[in-house]
Amino acid sequence: MNETMEQLRQEFQYDKTNQCVQCGYCLPVCPTYMSMGKETHSPRGRINLVKMVGEGRITDLSVLEEPLSLCLGCRACETACPTGVEYGSILESARAALVKRKTFSFPTRLVRKMMFKKVFPSKSLMNFTGHSFWLYEKTGVQKLMRKSKLLHKLPHHLGEFEAIMPKAASPKQRAHSYSYVKAKGERKYTVAFFTGCIMDAMFHKINDLSIRLLAEAGCDVYVVDKQTCCGALHAHSGEMNDAKELAKRNIIAFEEIEADYIVNNAGGCGAMLYEYAHLLKEEPKWKERASVFSAKSKDISQILISCGGVPDLKIRENERVTYQRSCHMTNVQKVTAEPVQLLKGIPGIQFVEMKEANMCCGSAGIYNMVNYDESMKILDEKMKHMKETKATVIITTNPGCLLQMKLGIERENLSSSVKALHLIEYLADAAGMK
Amino acid sequence: MLTSNQIMEINHIVQIGRVLLDEHDRYSYSFDASFGTYLPDAVVQTKHVEELAELVKFANQEGIPIYPRGQSTSLSGGPLPVQGGIVIDLSVMNDILDIDEEDLVAVVSPGVLTSAIHKAAEEKGLMYPPDPSSSHVSTIGGNMAENSGGPRGLKYGVTKDYVIGLEVITPEGEIIQTGGRTVKNVTGYDLTKLIVGSEGTLGIITKAILRLIPKPPATATLMAIFSNLVDAGRAISNILSSGILPSKMELMDQASIIAVENYQPMGLPKDAEAIILLELDGHPLALQDEIIQAERLCYVVGASQVKIPKNDMEKEEIWRARKLVSPAIVRIKPTKISEDATVPRSKIPEMCERLQEIKRRYQVHLVLFGHAGDGNLHPNIICDKSDAEEMERVEKAVAEIFTAAVELGGTLSGEHGIGNMKAPFMEMELGTVGLDMMKRIKKAWDPNNIMNPGKIFPEPGQKLELK
Ligand SMILES: Cc1cc2nc3c(=O)[nH]c(=O)nc-3n(C[C@H](O)[C@H](O)[C@H](O)COP(=O)(O)OP(=O)(O)OC[C@H]3O[C@@H](n4cnc5c(N)ncnc54)[C@H](O)[C@@H]3O)c2cc1C
Ligand code: SF4
Ligand code: SF4
Repeated sequence: MNETMEQLRQEFQYDKTNQCVQCGYCLPVCPTYMSMGKETHSPRGRINLVKMVGEGRITDLSVLEEPLSLCLGCRACETACPTGVEYGSILESARAALVKRKTFSFPTRLVRKMMFKKVFPSKSLMNFTGHSFWLYEKTGVQKLMRKSKLLHKLPHHLGEFEAIMPKAASPKQRAHSYSYVKAKGERKYTVAFFTGCIMDAMFHKINDLSIRLLAEAGCDVYVVDKQTCCGALHAHSGEMNDAKELAKRNIIAFEEIEADYIVNNAGGCGAMLYEYAHLLKEEPKWKERASVFSAKSKDISQILISCGGVPDLKIRENERVTYQRSCHMTNVQKVTAEPVQLLKGIPGIQFVEMKEANMCCGSAGIYNMVNYDESMKILDEKMKHMKETKATVIITTNPGCLLQMKLGIERENLSSSVKALHLIEYLADAAGMK
Repeated sequence: MLTSNQIMEINHIVQIGRVLLDEHDRYSYSFDASFGTYLPDAVVQTKHVEELAELVKFANQEGIPIYPRGQSTSLSGGPLPVQGGIVIDLSVMNDILDIDEEDLVAVVSPGVLTSAIHKAAEEKGLMYPPDPSSSHVSTIGGNMAENSGGPRGLKYGVTKDYVIGLEVITPEGEIIQTGGRTVKNVTGYDLTKLIVGSEGTLGIITKAILRLIPKPPATATLMAIFSNLVDAGRAISNILSSGILPSKMELMDQASIIAVENYQPMGLPKDAEAIILLELDGHPLALQDEIIQAERLCYVVGASQVKIPKNDMEKEEIWRARKLVSPAIVRIKPTKISEDATVPRSKIPEMCERLQEIKRRYQVHLVLFGHAGDGNLHPNIICDKSDAEEMERVEKAVAEIFTAAVELGGTLSGEHGIGNMKAPFMEMELGTVGLDMMKRIKKAWDPNNIMNPGKIFPEPGQKLELK
């Protein structure tokens, strides 16, 4: 490819790598450095590789592929870095620069194109995915598949994932979606609810409960129809143009409602919404609007706390609860106190923090499917700490983490004694909602 | 470059560990926290001492350079593979960490993080005093090789004062033991002390016995603000000569104060010329008395304000100011040249003046902070690597900082080591014969010069290069 050094430098954000003083403070917090045990899979190592490209020392870009694709993007390194290196941004641009130059094998290209361009952004297709799961369960295909051991033959370990899929909502349940719910009692805020693509397709119930909890806590809740996928999976896979396109569609959709806040219940999506301002900062026409959008984007736990918590929680007995943090909520949105505060507000529960609570669980978007083995090493480490807490409930705030925890419970044969739940499910149950 | 036969043999020797040959891996072991990038031919990770010794033996036969490496936080180029060859990643050797309460020692593998030793000792009411500020990332092996120190050096000394026994692979591939489990040991030459601080040029440390001491029951902190840097210097010597021995005594100059305030405002006075931070440790009753005495001594020499925190939170807040200096100053410009020139305590005020002069003469952004109590100052120059003209001035300024330190009876390095960065200045401090004696020791241990070549001893004509 005929390109100048300068171009490469810019695309790879070489300037940002110079901020790194190579002190290594980020090493002990990096899950892939821990599990794979080499500098190549550490933040400092990855930044250095990008830097080497910028300095023209690495010219064969394929050298970067494995180290970058094995990064979880959890951004714990960013939180640990004393000098404020924008690792996320370096990773994002390096991945985009690689994707741009890469010719994927035909099937991969097809799947990427289908998933990124067609499925995630399309409400009806995501709905269809949801329906398919429901059909799959209802028609007995699931039983058949499970019995025939065919599942183990599926690629990408889909078999293992199949076992932990949440119970799908029926088309009837799905058809019933809120578009507006009025605040109980005195209204404290007007909020617009962000449904998310995967959240909506696979965890429809949690979305419903979120909306009702918000209303219960005193919010007028709107669900804008034209919203779409947040674009996080696209951005993390280097498909920046798609991510920007989706961001713009969401900004337009949510501008229709003059809400005080745009509320989401999925840590990963939330972080993406929170970063629209960064994503579109170089587009003069969108910069301002994106900033407004991002400033209004909040995790549901923040809003529930601002409203004074969830009213009328019943006592729970004999439950030891631990909380698996969503990395993006911790390291990007920096929302860490509120979920714990909400949990501790439930009378009767024992809250136990696990060791290395801030460490990623290895789910990381579609990382656990694409890099299954590496992901499982990280999960196993997490489950070790989880077991030490003797918790009976693991709470998460992100769909990916939730599924990963369920997978962890299956792998450890703990399904009879431990369950994994989304914070909202747990709160709703404690509030007596069905 | 390694030949394919050599690679085959290395792969044959390393069975329990792994050999990394891919370009992405080799680049990942090509740097440390200082300057320069040097690509190794291979990286080896093994937890097995005999296997490693076998590998060293082979390298010695073949004349392949070997570079021990901890977590590569060295600020002087210590683990850089400057002549190609094999980097040995010792951070993977981290399985032993035993605290023996009866002998008051810790037995450790070289890849254990220093902070893990701190924690394990504290859990048993003991203390391992050396505390480099990189303790959460650096390995004990790296600490020993660099003879690392930290703020507590003033009262407790540095790494070498706590290493009493070692297991070492010699450059010829033999495994030897030095010292032992006793604090007193005068049998023959003290090879332990020779290896500690030898920057990986005399062998690979594969196990160590460290001395522990009882953990002091309490600490007290004080912050004193001065409108005059020289007064601050006088406060330091007054306190030390009054019979109080603080566990830490840290200095921040005006440039550091301003940088911290601009980075994260915490109410430090930007017009003050210096701040001194003091920590005392010992029996709580003794501390009550000493801290008041220290406060008085600061006021006597003209402190404008002295703060004594009332609880742990306030205490932490005060130390946070010091911790923020490093991150704060790199926000000014990206490149940080962190020096550790050290002078006798009495010369601190003079050194401060010399540094101000250097700052003016070369028009560099110089920030001064450090462990004032033991004379170990950290003049940091903040610059931009991509600005060639500026870097030229910086090189000259750095050279002059070293000259000033040596002229005042001090040393090139208080804790970061010599590596390849300061090698050109060795003769200035040691003299021709002094340096030659060191070279002879190196020659006796490592006749084929395979163990971390290119470090400590300057190559003919070698100059400081930062560009
Ligand atoms: C932000 C920051 C703060 C720092 N603060 C301090 C401080 O307060 N005090 C201080 O003294 N230093 C400090 N340093 C410097 C550095 O952390 C120390 O020199 C540390 O001891 C290096 O440890 P490491 O494990 O990273 O070793 P490396 O950097 O990997 O190696 C250092 C040297 O040790 C050799 N080596 C490593 N392991 C072995 C072994 N097992 N056997 C033989 N040789 C070996 C290497 O060849 C090399 O010469 C700081 C560095 C940074 C980046
Ligand atoms: S902590 Fe920050 S500056 Fe230090 S190595 Fe990691 S990214 Fe670089
Ligand atoms: S984002 Fe997470 S996995 Fe990636 S380098 Fe940073 S800490 Fe490691």
